[in-house]
Amino acid sequence: MGKTLAEKILSLKSHSEAKAGDVVIADVDLAFVQDTTGPLTIRQFKESGFEALAKPQQTIIFLDHAAPSPAQQLSNDHILLRRFAEETGCRIYEVGEGICHQLVAEQFASPGDVILGSDSHTVTAGALGAFATGMGSSDVAVALALGKTWFRVPESFLIELNGVFPRGVYAKDLILYLIGQIGADGANYKALEFGGEALAQMTMSQRLTIANMAVEAGAKVGLFPGDKITQDFLMEYGRGDNYKPLYPDAEANYEQVIPVNLDQLEPMLSLPHAVDNVRPVTRVKGVKIQQAFIGTCTNGRLEDLAVVAEILKGKKRHPATRLLIAPASRQVLIRAMKEGYIQSLVKAGATILPPGCAACLGLHQGVLGDSEVCISTANRNFKGRMGNPDAMIYLASPATAAASAIRGEITDPREVT
Amino acid sequence: MPDLVLKGKVIKLGDNISTDDIIPGRFAHLRSNLPELAKHVLEDTAPEFASRARVLLATGEGKAVLVAGKNLGLGSSREHAPVVIKMSGIGAILAKSAARIFFRNAINQGLPVLLCDTDEIGDGDELEINVTGGKIVDLTSGFALNCNKMPPIMSAILEEGGLIPYIQKHKDFKL
Ligand code: SF4
Repeated sequence: MGKTLAEKILSLKSHSEAKAGDVVIADVDLAFVQDTTGPLTIRQFKESGFEALAKPQQTIIFLDHAAPSPAQQLSNDHILLRRFAEETGCRIYEVGEGICHQLVAEQFASPGDVILGSDSHTVTAGALGAFATGMGSSDVAVALALGKTWFRVPESFLIELNGVFPRGVYAKDLILYLIGQIGADGANYKALEFGGEALAQMTMSQRLTIANMAVEAGAKVGLFPGDKITQDFLMEYGRGDNYKPLYPDAEANYEQVIPVNLDQLEPMLSLPHAVDNVRPVTRVKGVKIQQAFIGTCTNGRLEDLAVVAEILKGKKRHPATRLLIAPASRQVLIRAMKEGYIQSLVKAGATILPPGCAACLGLHQGVLGDSEVCISTANRNFKGRMGNPDAMIYLASPATAAASAIRGEITDPREVT
Repeated sequence: MPDLVLKGKVIKLGDNISTDDIIPGRFAHLRSNLPELAKHVLEDTAPEFASRARVLLATGEGKAVLVAGKNLGLGSSREHAPVVIKMSGIGAILAKSAARIFFRNAINQGLPVLLCDTDEIGDGDELEINVTGGKIVDLTSGFALNCNKMPPIMSAILEEGGLIPYIQKHKDFKL
């Protein structure tokens, strides 16, 4: 019997023949926490009586969610995390370095790795062929100490991608469309595996956007093969040696096969307050927005900023719409400055926020007011997500968000050129 | 070991209760102060939840049972979500389906989550839950339900009262 990507990686890392449905204990190659889940993880690690990390160099603390900290309690949490790094010798990425998932993609994830993060969007690294998944503080605390965890090997859905994106349509529109099809719980406990002819043209930036949102359909992982594009990305970041080809077997067994023809897609939106509440932009345009937020682990990469800068170049944001832009990492910010994107964005009226999660989770840097509407390139629009249960969040691609910022209302990016 | 059996009154919630509903991000600064954080549990979505659970405890009715619809706990990995639910006086959770991280986190906190068709269970009903056997009896309306089985490793973690006590005892995962 052939193996899916999930079965392949978990077989390798559990030193067994792992089949969907089995429970295995697998080695963890990289474990990380961020600043809102890390303090509980550390307290549990200590409460368990653990002192040493199994793999200090493969353990990371990211200070990205409250960055810089807006409140004394969060500043004290940061102190706790910094102390833990000093005591144990693990790595720490300070405020301003960027979002955990972006940094994991740039600097750590490789095909065939098992990656555990105490953050649900850990699935992002599946773009590089890593079995990367989010867990809670207890599970991560134990993995930090033992260097392993248990998994139920997931059944896989094959998402077969063919065709090319039409003008104005991006990876974000594809994943929103897919989540609309599958539903927010449609892939609970499953692996989404991406394949098909379209992958040969699909950049790492696009793959990261897609893998990032696998969890919004309930999936445990969103996996891409390790191919030429993975290799090129790793080489670009000086990690060419980490490349290993990784493909599913031809006779792999999939619970479902979902074909998608990219030619047929159009710009999509998730409407408040559920990610699977998906409609084409054409059916929602005209809704007035007070804020546009571009960034996050979903869409804060250089390619995203390039699209946004291109749309905004020589134009201005609507006077009644705040435009907030947060690059996903320091590296992204540096490159965006070099390319002149930041210049164009600032001229267009954007407020550039520091690399990090920024307004995404509602604790700082762009909290919404009562009844305000925000168009966001993030991955979640749950009630209260951006700090106010009376606000409305529409999820969109960077192009749709940029076009909407110009008009002050939800706008089809194909109308703004 | 004898079967783990719990009794309790139902507090019923709907579908798709997210971890942002359970603990809104705007309270992130309280995450290292769990008693304070617990005061805000489900504040925007089910404002009466915390006080109902508290009243049941105070009046000697014991711990309540949170009964939800589908996809309970979707969203973030914050384990604070099951922690504050447990702290509010919930002894067990029933749902039609639960998001995987939330499910695993609740078990790791020693808080049983059983999956079954919750449609017929009424708000305020009294339930008897056999966690080990996966059987539920609605004592108010007199019907019985069977629940999905969880993997043996999860039952073992639950039996020890959560992942941390499990690891303290076994020092490793035992399959
Ligand atoms: S950018 Fe948003 S979704 Fe991504 S890790 Fe940060 S808070 Fe979570």
